[in-house]
Amino acid sequence: MTGNSVEVRDVVKCHGTTLAVDHLSLEVRRGEFFSILGPSGSGKTTTLRLLAGFERPDRGEILIEGRSMRDVPPNLRPVNLVFQTYALFPHLTVFGNIAFGLEMRRIARAEIEARVHAALDMVKLGGKHDRLPSQLSGGEQQRVALARALVNRPAVVLLDEPLGALDQQLRQEMQVELKTIQERVGITFVCVTHHQEEALTMSDRVAVMDHGRLLQIGSPQDIYESPASAFVANFIGVSNRLTGRVAAVTAARCTVSVPDLPAILAQRPVGVTEGGRVTVVLRPERLHLSRDVHQNGFDNAVPVRIDKTVYNGNEMQYLLRLSDSVLWKVRVPNSGANQKRFLTGEAVFVRWNADEGVVLTE
Amino acid sequence: MTRTVPSTDPANHPAVARLPGWLLMPGLAWLGIFFFIPLLLVLVISFAARGTYGGVEWTFSLTSYANLIDPLYLTIFVRSLTLAVATTALCLLLGFPMAYYMARTPLRWQAIWLLMIMIPFWTNFLVRTYAWMFILRTEGLMNTLLMDVGLIASPIEILYSDVAVLIGLVYGYLPFMVLPLYAALARLDFSVVEAAWDLYASGWGVFWRVVLPLTKPGVIAGCILVCIPSLGAFITPDLLGGAKTMMVGNLIQHEYLVVRDWPFGSAISFVLMGVVLLGMMGYLKVEGVWRERI
Repeated sequence: MTGNSVEVRDVVKCHGTTLAVDHLSLEVRRGEFFSILGPSGSGKTTTLRLLAGFERPDRGEILIEGRSMRDVPPNLRPVNLVFQTYALFPHLTVFGNIAFGLEMRRIARAEIEARVHAALDMVKLGGKHDRLPSQLSGGEQQRVALARALVNRPAVVLLDEPLGALDQQLRQEMQVELKTIQERVGITFVCVTHHQEEALTMSDRVAVMDHGRLLQIGSPQDIYESPASAFVANFIGVSNRLTGRVAAVTAARCTVSVPDLPAILAQRPVGVTEGGRVTVVLRPERLHLSRDVHQNGFDNAVPVRIDKTVYNGNEMQYLLRLSDSVLWKVRVPNSGANQKRFLTGEAVFVRWNADEGVVLTE
Repeated sequence: MTRTVPSTDPANHPAVARLPGWLLMPGLAWLGIFFFIPLLLVLVISFAARGTYGGVEWTFSLTSYANLIDPLYLTIFVRSLTLAVATTALCLLLGFPMAYYMARTPLRWQAIWLLMIMIPFWTNFLVRTYAWMFILRTEGLMNTLLMDVGLIASPIEILYSDVAVLIGLVYGYLPFMVLPLYAALARLDFSVVEAAWDLYASGWGVFWRVVLPLTKPGVIAGCILVCIPSLGAFITPDLLGGAKTMMVGNLIQHEYLVVRDWPFGSAISFVLMGVVLLGMMGYLKVEGVWRERI
């Protein structure tokens, strides 16, 4: 079966006087890993709680597996939530926690045993079934929370900042593992996170939200390479920006004039004409630094002063001052001891090709 | 690996744990002088004989305990136990939803509710019990109101009955149930409640499988705080029960102050203590078995 696991249709949710979710519509395809990405207060957690049934939409409708969830309480919805704080039952063992949902649905004891142990194996916790949650590490608790949801084979697993409480290294391991597990079980995952790397690594598709509104929806590549707005560009990774007016246009390119800087050659966005205001967005890893003034095949070369250098092990980060008001970040991978380094205060050139940047119109 | 549970076990903080030994002393001394020694005295007296004109004759005797084996006293004990258990059950039934509501309201409201629970303590218990007499009397507030509304044709004779005592006891001890329950429920992580709900538990399922087990210490504390004092209550049964509804507390008071049979009063006191202790031990045993089975 193909189709949509989740359909959110023009949902509005107010918390007091604030609009938590503002006319949200989106569809999650069956079997996909879908992430809702946004800063705190973006409405992403409210959206998840609306899907789980803990909150009711003020307007609009939510369908899960084609069935309207209007007036359906959480215990009757074919979804299970992995809580940010895990919310494991402290008085039950790992087994008791994972078996809870099956027991509530009055599944036969033998089947419960088999399914719980299969779930434990899947999250690599075999043999820890008789522990209490307080005897587990944070990472193990996270796995129990995941198993507790998966064991019920719901239509959708909802994850609220699933890796938020883990330390950096464990978080990166779990990103890969979560995706692997999701692909193996084939259950639709809807994951809420404020962590852009997490969303890009794990998801088939990402929805970016801010202030209750959906800003962009697409594959991780779409979101990263072609952000639809300055907010998305900024929120997904570090981005460098230049705002100016279009001085000249050709079929595919435009020339942007920015105060105090040489003219910038960039892609021409649809519908842009001479005199329009545009913002050029560039990723730090797409820029090249050189002491050489010549463009050497690059479309653009802008003189900059190095404000700060940061040695990061695998890369060098340079903070560049383009003008009084414009600061950029550039990343240069560490390619060995012979690599030429730039010094703080040095005057250099930053170079890039017109195709690298995304040009946003206002 | 990081533990998410913060360590509250003093054994993990030896530098802090070493200090407080002497902190126990003032309290222990107070209890020793004013509780333990008098209690021993009562125990000794219970094995003495009654003087001809009251007072105590210092000869060893089991008469007081033998006197207790009398259907009259058994009736009083059974009535006291029944009333105490009924009081506890009613307090739990009324107090749990109340405490649950309090624990779920915004913090500012919780403080207000707690204050409301405390307010009755500002008035003397005796005065409050007298107020109940005014309410429950044949021509009292309750009967007048019910008759005015037309719910009853003639007054209900409720004062000086077991029911009146029960009402008074529940009224008096409800705060002692609500406060520990509230403390337990306020500590409860409500995301766990949501988790159970999300995992297909109905309202009752959430209550029985998650809320109740996690607040059991509060339930037990509340039950003990209500059951034991209501078992020994004497003001409430005295004023609301009249002569017909005597409880153990009244019996003890009667023996000490009216009959002036101190040994018999002491013996009753110790039997009452024994009953309470047996009950507690029985509970702990059942609880232990239950815990092993899990």
